Amino acid sequence: MAETAQNNENSKRITLTKGDRRRVWFHSWFILANFNYERMQNSGVCYTMIPAIRKLYKNKEDRAEALQRHLTFFNTHPYLASPIFGVTMALEEEKANGADIDNSAIQGVKVGMMGPLAGVGDPLFWFTLRPIIFSLGASLAISGSFIGPILAFVLWNLIHLVFTYYTQEFGYNTGMKITEDLSGSLLHNVTHGASLMGMFVIGALIQRWVSIKFTWVYARPKVNGHVHPMTLQNSLDQLIPGLAGLLLTFLCMWLLKKKVSPIVIIIGIFVVGVAAHCAHII
Amino acid sequence: MSNIMIVIVAFIVGCGSVMDSFETYQPLIACSLIGLFGGHPVSGLLLGGELQMIALGWANVGAAMSPDAGLAGVASAIILLKSGGATSNVGTAIGLAIPLAVAGLFLTMLVRTVTVFIVHIQDHAAEEGKILPIEIWQFIGLSLQGLRVAIPAALLLALPTSVVQSGLNMMPKWLSDGMTLSGGMVVAVGYAMIMNMMSTNDVWPFFAIGFVIAALSKLTLIAIGTLGLAFTLIYLQLLNNGGGNGGSNGSSDSKSAGNSGTGDPLGDILDNY
Repeated sequence: MAETAQNNENSKRITLTKGDRRRVWFHSWFILANFNYERMQNSGVCYTMIPAIRKLYKNKEDRAEALQRHLTFFNTHPYLASPIFGVTMALEEEKANGADIDNSAIQGVKVGMMGPLAGVGDPLFWFTLRPIIFSLGASLAISGSFIGPILAFVLWNLIHLVFTYYTQEFGYNTGMKITEDLSGSLLHNVTHGASLMGMFVIGALIQRWVSIKFTWVYARPKVNGHVHPMTLQNSLDQLIPGLAGLLLTFLCMWLLKKKVSPIVIIIGIFVVGVAAHCAHII
Repeated sequence: MSNIMIVIVAFIVGCGSVMDSFETYQPLIACSLIGLFGGHPVSGLLLGGELQMIALGWANVGAAMSPDAGLAGVASAIILLKSGGATSNVGTAIGLAIPLAVAGLFLTMLVRTVTVFIVHIQDHAAEEGKILPIEIWQFIGLSLQGLRVAIPAALLLALPTSVVQSGLNMMPKWLSDGMTLSGGMVVAVGYAMIMNMMSTNDVWPFFAIGFVIAALSKLTLIAIGTLGLAFTLIYLQLLNNGGGNGGSNGSSDSKSAGNSGTGDPLGDILDNY
């Protein structure tokens, strides 16, 4: 008896199919397209939810309410928005099927998730994965290999598309539970591991790619009748190659912590670099 | 024909630089494409690689904004083509890329302000429950970002080659050499931005090991990356083990990880990856 009742229920129930969810995923690639200073990613969120809204709400009032609900302020990491879309779709589906979920509940879930997830996405994608993948591509390119840009493009998008698709599905399937899961140990291990690995690679990159060559000769001692020019560079290299680049990086970190704008630092380096070149120091 | 392709690439780069989705705007990709269509693929590739190293740490975090790698890559690649496309001009093109990146930043800010008006138009459509206008205006906003790079690119292409060349020739050698050398140092700013974001106490040993190992010039970056991954996995395994036994720093996260594990911490860590 209970089963037939449920079947009746199911036949009326509007669900978001895999196809609907995939359409939302396509739309989510454009979340930042209309980024604006007033409500940041709001237009992108509304655009992303449109395939779901179209399916779930058929009359004008419900649609208007849903569209307005998703045009409110929103800002997070563009890829980590995907699990949020998954959860939001699950909530919207429940709401469309008559569950007692009001506007503020959906808002609360979105706003509650966007902060912590941005905190995960920025270090993971922008500060670890992108430097690693694109420096790998760039070092291949500098050595003259066209594999460099192709490898970086393919690798990046493979990771980004797989990540956004599966986290969106994960969000949809787990619904509200996702916030608990994401604050658990799995995510902590991944982000912690990524930052360790990232710092390791950045250490290597600074050694390899921050180049300062001092040409300044500070002494010309004669050994066995031959002049041996002693350059500052040789002496530094005997400590450890790349030391000057390391010190410059620490200086930049200190300046950034003192709230000096990166643009000012970049321009400053150019001015100092040209001046030092004219003075034959580098 | 090649000019049309370059302007199309510039438009895609402009769209890409706001979307941060497919990363087509990264100099490595943008400069390579422009070099390819402009008939100097190797120069474009080298410029892309060098510029990429500078732009590695440039990221828009929250509402803070970094220099615009998109316009910088496109415009400096076009200037490189106009100057004859020789690989020896790559250094000068990099020097020019920095002021262009700052100019690009202001243009982005301008468009992001204009899009506020678009959002208000979308609000009206939403009140009526109309979906299509919201979708259309979303892409009008995106096109504005595309034009932000495509229009400067078209203007640069329209300039007679002789003007660009004589402009570049006016630059004295000490200045272009000095700018090339500075380009090698500017990379440090990007790394410093990343490190300030990530620095906690336990990452510094990893940084030190990475720096020292890179001085072994025979190791490729892939080899170094593999070492880094191996060290990280070993460290996480030890950390989770220690937490599970109730020892070490007593970090609540590592404890819960150890306890919830299946008694095979390495397996858990590998699963996590």
